[in-house]
Amino acid sequence: MIKGLVAVFLAAILTENYVLAKFLGICPFLGVSKKLNTAVGMSAAVTFVMVLATAVTYPIFMYLLVPAGLDYLQTIVFILVIAGLVQLVEIVLKKYMRVLYRSLGIYLPLITTNCAVLGVTMLVIEKSGEGYGFLHALINALGAGIGFLLAMVMFAGVRGKLETADIPKSLKGLPITLVAASLVSLSFLGFAGLVDNMLGLA
Amino acid sequence: MACKGYLKEVTKGIIKENPVLCLVLGTCPTLAVTTAASNAIGMGLAATIVLIGSNAVVSALRKVIPDKVRIPAYITIIATFVTIVQMLVKAFAPAIDESLGIFLPLIVVNCIILGRAEMFASKNPVIPSMLDGLGMGIGFTAALLLMGSIRELLGAGTWFGMEIIPALNIVIFLLPPGGFFVFGMLIAFANKLNGGKTAKNAGGCASCPMKGSCTVLGKGDKSDD
Repeated sequence: MIKGLVAVFLAAILTENYVLAKFLGICPFLGVSKKLNTAVGMSAAVTFVMVLATAVTYPIFMYLLVPAGLDYLQTIVFILVIAGLVQLVEIVLKKYMRVLYRSLGIYLPLITTNCAVLGVTMLVIEKSGEGYGFLHALINALGAGIGFLLAMVMFAGVRGKLETADIPKSLKGLPITLVAASLVSLSFLGFAGLVDNMLGLA
Repeated sequence: MACKGYLKEVTKGIIKENPVLCLVLGTCPTLAVTTAASNAIGMGLAATIVLIGSNAVVSALRKVIPDKVRIPAYITIIATFVTIVQMLVKAFAPAIDESLGIFLPLIVVNCIILGRAEMFASKNPVIPSMLDGLGMGIGFTAALLLMGSIRELLGAGTWFGMEIIPALNIVIFLLPPGGFFVFGMLIAFANKLNGGKTAKNAGGCASCPMKGSCTVLGKGDKSDD
């Protein structure tokens, strides 16, 4: 049980990294990774919303939509739940936790349209079944968020170096950023099979 | 005269304001589903249908929807169309449903669609909005097809599953790093053709539909000074 949870957690961070292996959440990955502090702030907000959204959407799907035969409404219900949740979190933070709001709040409006959040909640439903329950779903969401953080922080470092590099004119800006992302994602390919081997599951 | 104007709405999305290569919107599906040319066509068509439908409805309701709740309203409209397309694809093209997987429902959060609703359909009448959706959809499909063709050809030596150059199988082009690399090169090429005008500031955020309510960019700029 514990072993399974650890495997889910590590896989979500390394081998199935949502940004670099699954291509989810590329917009914030490219847009907000210019500076380390914004990259960390955005990732923290994304992780928070991912776990919270999974905690809400998973029971809604399993105990409300499926028994009522409404599982085709998944997309529309999930996006509305996420949008509402983000709005609610923003209001609560603004009212009761000013410090946290100042560091995370500004990223919240962006998160509704972050496909990584919707992606996590939907992939978790797809995976659910034998031996993969609510707890696994939450751990997976947490791992996905931390994987996002890892990718953002690594990439912010790479981009810092790019600022001073001499780049051909047409490659300046986004193209060279994408080439750099390609190299960072190449390094993540090295993790393939690592989790299973480490925990003796292979 | 009017005819000419309508034609312009369609063609601008294909080249001058190509959503992928010039506005740099919808990067996630562009990178994820372009491992084969056929996936690219499937994704492009699905997104085009959603774009035309959501643009039409958003434009028709543009005087009814209060400004404050417009984004949630747009998302609901878009999600409705995505669900319809999802059902159609599942029923008539299960193979495409299989290969697009999670990215079919994720059309909901594709910034091209929300972006066009916010930038165009909310300000223009129904017919031009639908044509804008059609043009943007064709532009999206064309860019995806281009990228899918390059990646499939280099990665597997095939095109739409037909064998073209059997000796080519540089698998890395089918893996995530290859996706980033080909996309970077295509934007660089588009940049070169446009004389370096595009994509200079479009770092994913600059063209984001949520830009108005987003303070990240503004804050980042300030700390620069």
